[in-house]
Amino acid sequence: MAAEKPAPVKEFWPKDHFRKPLMETPFHDRIAALMRTGTWYGWGGYTVASVIEDKEVEYFAIRNAATLFDISPMVKYRISGPDAEAYLNRLTLRDVAGLAVGRVHYTAWCDDDGKVLDDGTLFRLSDWEFRLCCQERHLPWLLDSTPGFEVAVEEVTHRIAGLALQGPTSCSVLRRAGFADVETLVPFEMRNFSLPGANGVEVLISRTGFTGDLGYELFVPSDQATALWDVLWKAGRLHGLRATGSAAVDIARIEAGFIMARSDFIPSEHAVRENRRRSPFEIGLDWMVNFGKGHFNGRRALEEEKRRKSSRYVLVGLEIDGNEPAPNAIVYHGKTRRIGVISAAAWSPTAKRNIAIASLERPYGVRKTDDLWVEIYAMHELQYTKLMMRARVVERPFLKLDRRRATPPAAF
Amino acid sequence: MPSFDAIVIGAGHNGLVCAAMLARKRRKVLVLEAGDEPGGAARTVEFAPGHSVSHVAHILSHLHPSVADTLMLERHGLRFAATEIPTVVLNGDGKHLILHGAFGERIEGDIGGADAAAWDALRTKLLAHSAVLQPWLARTPPRLGTRKTRDLLALGSLGLAIRRLGTEDMREFLRMILMNIADVLDDEIADPRLKGAVAFDAVLGTGLGPRSPNSLMSLYYRLAGETAGRQAALALPHGGMGAVVDAMVSALTGWGGEIRTGAVVERILVEDGRAAGVALAGGEEIRARVVVSGANPRTTFLELLGHRHLDTGFARRVSQIRMRGNAAKFHLALTGLPEFTGLDEGHLGGRLVIAPTIDHVEWAFNPSKYGRFSDSPVMEITIPTVSDPSLAPSGNHVLSAVVQYAPSDLGGGWSFSRTDFQAIVLETIAAYAPGIAGQVIATELLTPADLERRYRMPGGHWHHGDLGIDRMFMLRPLPGAAQYATPVPGLYLCGAGSHPGGGVMGAAGYNAAGRILKLER
Repeated sequence: MAAEKPAPVKEFWPKDHFRKPLMETPFHDRIAALMRTGTWYGWGGYTVASVIEDKEVEYFAIRNAATLFDISPMVKYRISGPDAEAYLNRLTLRDVAGLAVGRVHYTAWCDDDGKVLDDGTLFRLSDWEFRLCCQERHLPWLLDSTPGFEVAVEEVTHRIAGLALQGPTSCSVLRRAGFADVETLVPFEMRNFSLPGANGVEVLISRTGFTGDLGYELFVPSDQATALWDVLWKAGRLHGLRATGSAAVDIARIEAGFIMARSDFIPSEHAVRENRRRSPFEIGLDWMVNFGKGHFNGRRALEEEKRRKSSRYVLVGLEIDGNEPAPNAIVYHGKTRRIGVISAAAWSPTAKRNIAIASLERPYGVRKTDDLWVEIYAMHELQYTKLMMRARVVERPFLKLDRRRATPPAAF
Repeated sequence: MPSFDAIVIGAGHNGLVCAAMLARKRRKVLVLEAGDEPGGAARTVEFAPGHSVSHVAHILSHLHPSVADTLMLERHGLRFAATEIPTVVLNGDGKHLILHGAFGERIEGDIGGADAAAWDALRTKLLAHSAVLQPWLARTPPRLGTRKTRDLLALGSLGLAIRRLGTEDMREFLRMILMNIADVLDDEIADPRLKGAVAFDAVLGTGLGPRSPNSLMSLYYRLAGETAGRQAALALPHGGMGAVVDAMVSALTGWGGEIRTGAVVERILVEDGRAAGVALAGGEEIRARVVVSGANPRTTFLELLGHRHLDTGFARRVSQIRMRGNAAKFHLALTGLPEFTGLDEGHLGGRLVIAPTIDHVEWAFNPSKYGRFSDSPVMEITIPTVSDPSLAPSGNHVLSAVVQYAPSDLGGGWSFSRTDFQAIVLETIAAYAPGIAGQVIATELLTPADLERRYRMPGGHWHHGDLGIDRMFMLRPLPGAAQYATPVPGLYLCGAGSHPGGGVMGAAGYNAAGRILKLER
């Protein structure tokens, strides 16, 4: 394997790292200066904010202005070499040959049994170079997949700072910051820009995001992170730009109908109980599975599952009566038969709907979609109210915004 | 359009058996052999002018009766030069033990009466335990984790076979199954020579020492075999091991099968997710509905097929199959019959074992763990010319020895140390046959590295992967390919890497053919 030697560990971990088990992201100083609530938590080994000032204010900034959200802890792999495309085609479900340079696609990958290991986004930086971004760490699996391919895999999470700029004014913020022609980016397109005011520093901007809104994700070398933040922060003043924590983003992502590893499905490597693993057909990723390309991990198992119609679960969007969110609630058929569980739920402030993402046991949610009920235990001032609310299977995303796709985006 | 119903990669004995079984059912079969002649590791080779020897496998202990009968090997010319050959346990002071019949049925030598009786009891027990496994040799192992009737029945029948031993023996079987041979022998018998020889048999051809876990299991494997109708008996084919292969080739071609030698398969072709044929070195492509590989499973999957057609987890498990050969082959061409102290000519037609004590075998094993060869090796010796003069010019003899331990991953590499090891082996033999050095015309040492190169066996491992309990039955070579079919439709395994394993048995090829005929109608 023509692997490039990974950077020595001491480059980014000080000797006394064990005294402070969570690392700080490259944007930490900027966010800490804004932090009012003190709700820090750990994400992938880094300290990140749950709520910076106020969850509702941050949510409405995502939908009505623009927000900066630190996505540096997102795990990033650099995959490069003449066989990188073939390697990724064997690794992931979608056809990577169809991914043009300068494009991003949402994909997922499976183990031998066709159970999902993770989902993520794949960036094609050049013919031979890709970046895979995901929630979980997969280096052993990625390295064990390299024999037979001329490809190098390297984790670059710590080297690249990531910032999500999301919301209807996000394009205006970028333009005011001096990123010329950024409005020509179409969804899932990316391009390198030079960082205004910083000589020769490149920023990779992709029109992607986790909010279902107009938005971008920006990547810079970690040592340029604060420079990028400052440029955007200054430009955003007149466009309502705020920093957001993950709590507000989580509402936006549920509205957008996006699923999250460990939350809406258990990555198969983490599952202790064999029946907790899920195939792509069982978590709504059917459309990704490309049997038209050559072999890929889990292909034979998935072909078998499709042929025998042996998928046991289905992931659906639910709309629930009332306005009480139903996180972790049990879903019933005919009020008595347990058929599944809700993995994410929220009152959608924008759609004004009580929405949820649920895993149901087939045929419920596929052929049997009537008579579904959700049991909600609503706690109000130390008193539980048990609600049995009617639920309907509805399409995801729960919220469709035209501005997400409009190119060029309208100026706000 | 495919030109053949099946292509078999490798004309080793398992490949030939599989091909012959397919040809017998009127399948159009082509066997592709990389070497100049068929036979693989079951070949008679002229290693010095006029002097021939069974080049790798040199004693028949396992040739499966179903194979011999179905292929009518006797009708195709297979004859034995000697059957039920005795085993002579060499001892430094000339007080040798001679084990007659199958697995020491009768012992000649100064063994105490009490020990003789204890040996009888142990021998009976070991043979009975091994016999439980015997019917399994010619069966496709069941799959684990299914609820299919066939699999459950097969598992049930093993349970039943163990139960049928009777309460007492069943308990013994289950108590002992994972033991090491040294503990078993220390428990039951006293004579150090006998213990050394049986311990040697248990570890022959493995990466184990007598005190390694489950070394008893590999003895069971050996004792489950039968030759010429007798369990655990040893025999020498007339004309060397190549005679077995000649008979197989004759059976195969008699049924219309073809063999091409000098045809090196470079790649297994896959089309629409199915094996479609092979590409030879030089570019020629040959198509067939089914491709069967007698090659080592690792070679088959990772080199001929390629990672791209396999799932990551499966490929990772294939690469983890232990394939560290530990045995060398040593050949001498001699001007006359060597004289072994304390033995007369009649004894030399048998098998001579140098493994004086259990500790001696264990000491010989120790350096191999760390990539060094043994400087006091253990070995089994045959002088096939005693019963089969056709192998050497009149009056001359050949000596063939399997020598342990000689690890394939020798530190510094074999090319550097081979002459040292060769000298050690000759010295070790000369300690029992002092005049032998003066009779030597030619010497040949085949290290695991040589075996790997010449016979395309990774690690020079003649079982194509260790035969531990974690790699037997439905775990051989690995789950997902243990029923001869592989994850790639149309590609099958038929070699020693599959159940039941190596040795000139032919059962893997036999079982694979049965499976192919069933699945590929």
